[in-house]
Amino acid sequence: MGVVQHGLSCGENLIMARRVSTRHKVIATFAAWLVAFVIFFPILYMVITSLKTEPEAIAGINLIPSFTLESYVAVQQQNDYFKPFMNSVVIALGSTLVALIIAIPAAWSMAFSPTKRTKDILMWMLSTKMMPAVGVLVPLFIIFRDTGLLDTRIGLTMILTLINLPIVVWMLYTYFREIPGEILEAARMDGASLSGEIIYVLTPMAVPGIASTMLLNIILAWNEAFWTLRLAAANAAPLTAFIASFSSPQGLFWAKLSAASTLAIAPILIMGWFSQRQLVRGLTFGAVK
Amino acid sequence: MATRQTRTLARFMMAPAVVLLLIWMIVPLSMTIWYSFQNYNLLNPMTRGFAGWSNYVYFYTDPAFYQAIGNTLMLVGGVLFITVVGGILLALLLDQPIFGQGIVRILVISPFFVMPPVAALVWKNMIMHPGYGVFADISRFFGLQPVDWFAQYPLFSIIIIVAWQWLPFATLILLTALQSLDEEQKEAAEMDGANFLNRFWYLTLPHLARAITVVILIQTIFLLAVYAEILVTTNGGPGYASTNLAFLIYRTALLSYDVGGASAGGVIAVILANIVAIFLMRAVGRNLDR
Repeated sequence: MGVVQHGLSCGENLIMARRVSTRHKVIATFAAWLVAFVIFFPILYMVITSLKTEPEAIAGINLIPSFTLESYVAVQQQNDYFKPFMNSVVIALGSTLVALIIAIPAAWSMAFSPTKRTKDILMWMLSTKMMPAVGVLVPLFIIFRDTGLLDTRIGLTMILTLINLPIVVWMLYTYFREIPGEILEAARMDGASLSGEIIYVLTPMAVPGIASTMLLNIILAWNEAFWTLRLAAANAAPLTAFIASFSSPQGLFWAKLSAASTLAIAPILIMGWFSQRQLVRGLTFGAVK
Repeated sequence: MATRQTRTLARFMMAPAVVLLLIWMIVPLSMTIWYSFQNYNLLNPMTRGFAGWSNYVYFYTDPAFYQAIGNTLMLVGGVLFITVVGGILLALLLDQPIFGQGIVRILVISPFFVMPPVAALVWKNMIMHPGYGVFADISRFFGLQPVDWFAQYPLFSIIIIVAWQWLPFATLILLTALQSLDEEQKEAAEMDGANFLNRFWYLTLPHLARAITVVILIQTIFLLAVYAEILVTTNGGPGYASTNLAFLIYRTALLSYDVGGASAGGVIAVILANIVAIFLMRAVGRNLDR
């Protein structure tokens, strides 16, 4: 009975569905683009403002700038933009690499020779990520002050390595776990040595997971804005601290602020666009895929 | 299956990560607890000594503490409400067949990649500025008085900025969850005559429940720690109107140099975060068993 009814209504629905669907698609498209425009607007407006002159920047809404690059030149010449930029690059890449070097063996062993305690260790690692930074601000500030790590790239790299290490281990673990163990046995049957196994079989399968973990971690480290603001000053300040220094009103330099901001977010925005899927997985610790 | 040798090797491979995180967890936290019972002011480093509970009494009886707790709850609650409701609506919209879906997704996800100081300063100066901001221009266009957002509604303004940063995250995760909903189930419900609201209520929402829980828990962890957005916009003011717990501890520690008081505040921040963490761990842990 149910099957017959199903079959009948299917035919009718198909014709209806097609007619509804084009109009439906046009309306949905319009709504989605409108919402997307509103959400993206602050970023768009920032980029537009960066291409204006300073007087233009405060002259009210104007979506067509004079396309001058003078603010970009000014940011470099007056504020030495390159220095905080290099600090960001060193700290973000450095902390990501160190975290990967520590996390790859750990995630590897948890994925391929799990024990009863593996799950507990993973959960515990995750729990360290929950510790609020302000809870340990005072001791870290004092430790850094007494060891001379305050305002150094090494100090910030260490902190960012530690705060992102749990996420790196977790992400790698979820990727490694998907590599089938049987493939190792097959390789062994074919007479592969242990080093051959690792170089020719496992590494190619692990590289995509490692790459996406790296990408997400660079994004997180680049945008971290608590420790980078508190533990760095003139020497090691990365872009987060550099941009934050614009908050003290030394006059209205919005075109310059916009130019500095555009340069600061552009590389990460582009990386982010490529890593949408990994982002979901990484930030939910594999709970949503 | 695992021989003794491989087990030793596995332990050896895990050791660096485990040891580092163990030190990272234990050393600063025990120092915070230790300092919270000490009289210790960085301006007066000579007068140190055991303080008993006085730091706690001092910190927890300060009216600013209750205001900061209230602000923290408002901030977390407000942002969660906006991002979860907005995220569900947006995910439903983006799940429809639309032209240029890839580009729309890229535009919607973008705010999440903007570093907090940039997000806050762009909103503060170019969008919400009472003189030259876009909102002020729009108000004047309609003949209204422009609103001085950060002076009149400081906490609300920060909620808006933070919600803008986190809406993409909620949307992306809910959209991912939505796309794993069985197409056939949806069609079956449609054929059985369930209208949109019924399908949403009885099919989509239960399917999303888990993803919504994850969004709420993860965001709460980060939202409890909102800091940079406050620093570059209102600096906690006017008065304590936009000071959350994290910012109050920062004020006590690095502006009043009161190590003991700030540590006592830090302890409650840790306790609060742990309460949330326990629930999050359960949600994530369940997934690990599957």
